[in-house]
Amino acid sequence: MAEVALRGVGKVYADGTRAVTDLDLDIADGEFLVLVGPSGCGKTTALRMLAGLEEISEGEIAIGERVVNRVPSRDRDVAMVFQSYALYPHLSVRDNIGFGLSLRKVPKAEIRKQVDRAAEILGLSEYLDKKPRNLSGGQRQRVAMGRAIVRQPQAFLMDEPLSNLDAKLRVQMRAEIARIQRDLGVTTVYVTHDQTEAMTLGDRVAVMKKGVLQQVAPPQELYDRPANLFVAGFIGSPAMNLLKGSLSGDEGAARLTVGGQDLDLPASVLEGRPALRGYFGKDLVVGIRPEDMEDAALVGADGGATATAGGGGTLVSAADLVEAMGSDVLVHFNVEAAQVVTDDTRELARDAGTDVLGALEGPHTDLVARFSPRTAVKAGDPVTVHVDTGRLHFFDIESGSAIWGGDAGSSREDEE
Amino acid sequence: MSTTETGTAPTGTRDGAGAPRRGLAARIVGRIGGGLAQFLLIVVALVWLVPTFGLLVASLRSTSDNGASGWWKVFSKPSQLTFSAYSDLLGKGDFVDSFWNTVLITVPATLLVVVIASLAAYAFAWMEFPGRDWLFLVVVGLLVVPVQVALLPVAKLYGAVRIGSFHLFGSITGVVLFHVAFGLPFAIFLLRNFFAGIPRDLLEAARMDGGSEWTIFRRVIFPLGGPAIASLAIFQFLWVWNDLLVALVFADTGSQPMTKWLQSQMRQFTGNIDILAPGAFLSLIVPLAVFFAFQRYFVQGVLAGSVK
Repeated sequence: MAEVALRGVGKVYADGTRAVTDLDLDIADGEFLVLVGPSGCGKTTALRMLAGLEEISEGEIAIGERVVNRVPSRDRDVAMVFQSYALYPHLSVRDNIGFGLSLRKVPKAEIRKQVDRAAEILGLSEYLDKKPRNLSGGQRQRVAMGRAIVRQPQAFLMDEPLSNLDAKLRVQMRAEIARIQRDLGVTTVYVTHDQTEAMTLGDRVAVMKKGVLQQVAPPQELYDRPANLFVAGFIGSPAMNLLKGSLSGDEGAARLTVGGQDLDLPASVLEGRPALRGYFGKDLVVGIRPEDMEDAALVGADGGATATAGGGGTLVSAADLVEAMGSDVLVHFNVEAAQVVTDDTRELARDAGTDVLGALEGPHTDLVARFSPRTAVKAGDPVTVHVDTGRLHFFDIESGSAIWGGDAGSSREDEE
Repeated sequence: MSTTETGTAPTGTRDGAGAPRRGLAARIVGRIGGGLAQFLLIVVALVWLVPTFGLLVASLRSTSDNGASGWWKVFSKPSQLTFSAYSDLLGKGDFVDSFWNTVLITVPATLLVVVIASLAAYAFAWMEFPGRDWLFLVVVGLLVVPVQVALLPVAKLYGAVRIGSFHLFGSITGVVLFHVAFGLPFAIFLLRNFFAGIPRDLLEAARMDGGSEWTIFRRVIFPLGGPAIASLAIFQFLWVWNDLLVALVFADTGSQPMTKWLQSQMRQFTGNIDILAPGAFLSLIVPLAVFFAFQRYFVQGVLAGSVK
């Protein structure tokens, strides 16, 4: 077990493609770090450089005290779980798990003991004599885990290990991976494109976009204080609503205008984000999480206790689509505010598979609100949406960075 | 009422009978089609097997019987069958020598090709080195060089190699080397393509598990390449075992394999079937045994369950 450090790591392929740029990451001993981002963001390349399966073009990688740039994979003492599991088809489960140990000339009796122990942890004891082809997907995944565990490596590297499992099994194995990692306390770097996996598994989550690290933070902080538009839009489901707005105000109070409708901002917002004062009279990007909106009728009914604590305002529109999820109701509506089209939002749209974002640039922005199931709103009804203005997010329209401290372009790191 | 009924009833039966009739026709056509294919296969098999069977029977009859009547007469006189031709043949020293020569040529020529080609194929498939793809293209290009054009140049080359009393020309070593050289291009081509189909993840997993290139080759690639290697070994074995041309050019009487010895037993005017028939049969038994010993490795699906 060891800490892992990436310093200024970059990867340029032979054909000139740049996969990773200037990646700095310090992963503490025993930490579970998740690398997340849309496909092609360089997260897998970063992991493969860590594993020694890709050469490092720039910077250096250290595992423990040792810089491993020139160390071949077999001597790095890290174990990897592949997306495809990569089990040796000609070997039994026992030999698959023990393969790494047998290559290290560990005595047979010791291998047997270690494999039995790993199999017990993973619930594989009764399958040890089977071949991989006779196992189910979940069992194969477990064998792949066992192969990593048994080596007692400095670090686990996992490359989307759950993406070949069906949804139910994925949730189950996710919990199991979290449990095993906690029990063994091995430093783990986990790559995924699934933000739910990232949020639930990681001690910290690193969000990447186009080879560049966007933000590293514990999951809740990533959710509450995204450093820029990309992180804001990527983390959370349904995604944060992003729309253009303009700010006006004086020393005491501020007012946000979106789509011709005004929202009063409580004083706490300006206190928390002093840099906002620099945006008075200017356009900016407003981010609203779906759960920070509620049916105004319900807010009024229980005296505003649910969401008005930080202040409030309302948007008036008509519900385009109402999706009842059981525990809550997702209401789609639009406001006459310009859609935010930046590099970040384009990348998010590409990831979501909606390339039409650019074409939609216009006075309408679709929003999604998460209402309580007690709402009576039906599709087509006019709806008054209560917005918890204390929990709004603000971003610079040019840079896409979150607006926090004194300097308009500051990011999370400067704050700490 | 009744007229309507009788009027509708035939229509109904016609409609009803139409469908089965079409089905029946389709089935007949299908059966004829399938039957025709099977019939052709049986004919081809007979065309191949009857002479072989005749050879077997001829090898089990005495010279005089073979001279007096065709081999099919044995069905009316099974008492003709005798092993005397075999025991006579196995008593001949030069036949036994030529049998051993065949073994001494075939086994090394097969093993060397399998070992060299699998190592080369691994390198071509999975190792990075400058000029790899060009080199592989050259190997593929060698596939089209016919053996015949190389006979004379190689014979001259062999003639120049003399170490003490050892002459490469006319030696078993010379024959083996020639077979290895001409077996390799196809062998490398076949194995490289098979190895390249092994999922990259498997090799990377082995590398992460601490395997060197040699370990990966020996413990992952070689076992997974089993079916391809087995089929290659069988092909190479059969080619070398049955070869006459190379042996005629490069082997002398001391190093001649069975094929060359049998050929030397041919006479222009007298049929010495009592030597040729059992000799041919003995030369056939070993390849058959090899084929049946290895054929289970042809069974595919070894890769099933490795990834995904």
